Order: sequence, then structure tokens, then C-alpha cells
Amino acid sequence: MENLAASFAILEKASIWLYILKGVAFTLIISVIAVFLGILIGSLLALLRNYCNRGFSRILKWTATAYIEIFRNTPLLLWIFICLVFCPCPGFLDRKMFGLTTVEVKLLFKAAVALILFTSSVIAEIVRGGLNSVAHGQFEAGHSQGFNIVQIMIYIVLPQAYRNIVPTLLSQVITTIKDSSYLANVAVIELMSRVKKLLSSAQMYNGTGAIHVSDVFVLFGLAAVIYFIINFALSCVVRSMQAKA
Amino acid sequence: MSGILSPQAWEKVWTFRGTFLLGLGNTIQVALLGLLLAFILGIIFGLMATGENKVLKVISRVYVELIQNTPLLLQLCFLYYAFAFSSHSLGILVSGMISLGVYHGAYIAEVVRAGIEAVPKGQFEAARSQGFSYVQRMFYIILPQSIKIILPPLVNQVVNMIKNTSCLYLIGGSDLISLTYSFVTGENTGGAYAPAYILSGVLFFCICFPLSTLASVWENSLKKRERRVVVQKKTALEGRV
Repeated sequence: MENLAASFAILEKASIWLYILKGVAFTLIISVIAVFLGILIGSLLALLRNYCNRGFSRILKWTATAYIEIFRNTPLLLWIFICLVFCPCPGFLDRKMFGLTTVEVKLLFKAAVALILFTSSVIAEIVRGGLNSVAHGQFEAGHSQGFNIVQIMIYIVLPQAYRNIVPTLLSQVITTIKDSSYLANVAVIELMSRVKKLLSSAQMYNGTGAIHVSDVFVLFGLAAVIYFIINFALSCVVRSMQAKA
Repeated sequence: MSGILSPQAWEKVWTFRGTFLLGLGNTIQVALLGLLLAFILGIIFGLMATGENKVLKVISRVYVELIQNTPLLLQLCFLYYAFAFSSHSLGILVSGMISLGVYHGAYIAEVVRAGIEAVPKGQFEAARSQGFSYVQRMFYIILPQSIKIILPPLVNQVVNMIKNTSCLYLIGGSDLISLTYSFVTGENTGGAYAPAYILSGVLFFCICFPLSTLASVWENSLKKRERRVVVQKKTALEGRV
């Protein structure tokens, strides 16, 4: 019981809260950026895979298909490791920012690239589902009005496809928030890795000089509560949207 | 691209091929045992969610929401460190197996629930009116109808399970990804980044790609058949009018 009280004493320090909340902010920012860029790249991939059926453009279709299948069938962690070694880092990131050291900024960039690449393959399949749900008559109607294929996509098909997949995309945000915890493996500064770091030095904060089970419960429990609040709120939004549709 | 074309690096990977096979074996072992646990949990909680007992329903809902809305990595660390710091260490593979099973059990429970709920209510009532007990009702009437809805997403869960074994890395596991990483950073073996990553990626791909293709082909054919049934019903109705 004394240990438990000591563990809760960790949470009384404002600096610890600030440290954790910054982690939450990074988790959210990384996830939202990954999903937004994922939608851009994923839409492109989905269009290529769905509509490049003629002549040489079939090479594009095969490339997109290979990209999607390769990323979907290998773990995220593999891509994080690969990006850490092979992803080039632009020069302007080679300095301190957001209160991180140079090394941390580079690490953040590389790991985020891996997350974006991985997410884009999942989103490509979601967008493809949306594109397939658009009735074929819409294309013919567009053609009959003198639209070319790019105009049909931008003005007619994509808006309908996106409207159909908004709930699925939102639940992809939940998945991405959970996936972003994989970045903790390479010590990127998001929520999960910050909590883990706090645990490994918990003996300094709880005043008992050792790490106890109660520290695990308090720190990881707090992280679980934070993740749960964010994700549960999102999944409630998803559910109410699906109920309306 | 250090070493992708260098024969020495590939040779190094070939010399230590045992490491990769060991990792693959561990990954498959954890995934299979986790899968078993996930199936058991998923079926139990899926049945609880579709049953009539309110308390069981709430319990199953809480389990699914709690597990689905927190990261697997967090659950794994929680389990592993909670046992490690109370000096009853579970071992890495066992904690990985349990947390993977519990995590995917929540997803399978949702799949099972959706499958059972897709069966029209009249079927339950008809079965009851014929004097079937709960087990008989489920086994003879409901399950045969819902199994085809349940199976394709289950295959997807298997794929996710195999990919998620990579989370063992954080607690120092010995699955394929962790061993690959310790291979490329090891003192005697280090450096052969590209060949090692390619090999481990190919191994994952060879297992996951057939499964995920099977799942999507299966799902599409089911959807097509459903559409055909709907169209047939429509034309039959119109013919009658």
C-alpha cells in the first residue's frame, strides 16, 4: 500500500504531467499527419490500381498493387527499422526543434516516414473500396457530359467515394494512433516510449529507491486511460456516423 | 543501399540462416498459440455479447472496448512488467502469447458477434419453438449460417496476428523481427542490413500474402453471391406481380 501511495506521488509532479502530455501531443500529431499524407498517397495508389487497365499504364497498376500488397503483408516494425537505416533525412531537419535533440528529430522524421508509408497502403485499400462502391453509371454520365477522365475523378467519383468511406477512415485514425506506439521501439518521443522511460527511472520519482509493481500499474494504467479516452471518443463518433448512414 | 548487391553480406545472412529460421519458428509458435487463445476468448465473448443475459453482455462489451481502444504494445508491456516486477516473470514468449491472444480475442469476439447478429431473428425463434436447447440452437441452426460471414475476417485476424508478433521486440523477444534486428546490429554479424531486412520481409510476405489474398477473394465471392441472391429474389417478386 505504501508503494502504491509512492507510485501515485509520481503523478503529483507537474513536470511529469508536462512530459506525458507532450508525448500525447506527439502521438496525436504523428498520427494525424500519417493519416493525411496516407490519404493523399493512398488515393493515388487506389486510382492507379483501379483504373490503369490499358496499355503501358498497366505497369503503374502493377507497381501500385505490389506496393499495397508488400506493405500490407509485412509488419510495421520492419519498415521502421528499414527507414532508420535507409531513409534519407533532409538537411533542414538536422537541428534542434520542438524541444528535441538533433538525433531525436531525425529519428522522429524517419520513423514517421515508415508510419506514413505503412498507413498509405492500408488507406489505399479503403479508398479502393469507396471507389468500387460508386455506381458505374456515374462514369458514363460524366463521359456523356464531355468530362475527361481526370475531371470525372475529381468532380464526380472521388467526392462520392470519400463520402462513403469517412467512417472507415476515422477508424483508421484509431488504428494509426495505436500503431504509432510501435515507434516506441526505436525511442521516438511519443506517449508509449515516454511512459516506458518514466518506468525505467521510476525509482527516482517515487522516493522509495526501487521500482515496484504499483509503478507499472500507475504509469501504464495512466497511458491506457489516455489512449482509451482518445480512441473511445473517436469510435463513438464513427458509430454515430454509421448509425446515421 | 549498403550491401544489397554485395555477395559478402548475402553470404553472412546465409551463414546465419539458423537465426532467421529460429525467429520464424518462434513467430509462428507465438502466433499459433496466441491464435488458439484468441479463438477461445473470441467465441466465448462473442456468444456472451449475443446472449440474453445483460450482465454478460456488459462484461463482453467492456472487454472489447478496453482492448480495442488501447495499443497492443501497451497491453504487452503492462502484462510483462507487472509480472516481472512482482518477481513472477512469465517469460517473453508466454507473455507475448497471452497478450496477443487477449488482443485479437477482442477482434474475433466482434467478428463472431457480427456473424451471429446477421442471422435473422426468426431463425432463433423458430429453433426455440422447436424445442432446441441453447447449444443445439447455436450448433445446428445459427452457426452453419453465420460461419461463412465469420471466416473471411478471421483469416484477416490471423494475418494481423502474425504481423503483430513483432511487438515482442519491445520486451526483448526472440521473434523474427527482433532476431533480424539483433543480427544486423550484432557485433560479429552486423552490417548486412539490406539482405537481412529483405529476407525477413520476404518470410513475412510469404506467410501473410496468401492468407490475406484468400480472405479478400473469399469475401468478394460471398458479396457477389449475396448480390445474385438479392437480384434473383427481386426478379422473382417482379415476375409474380
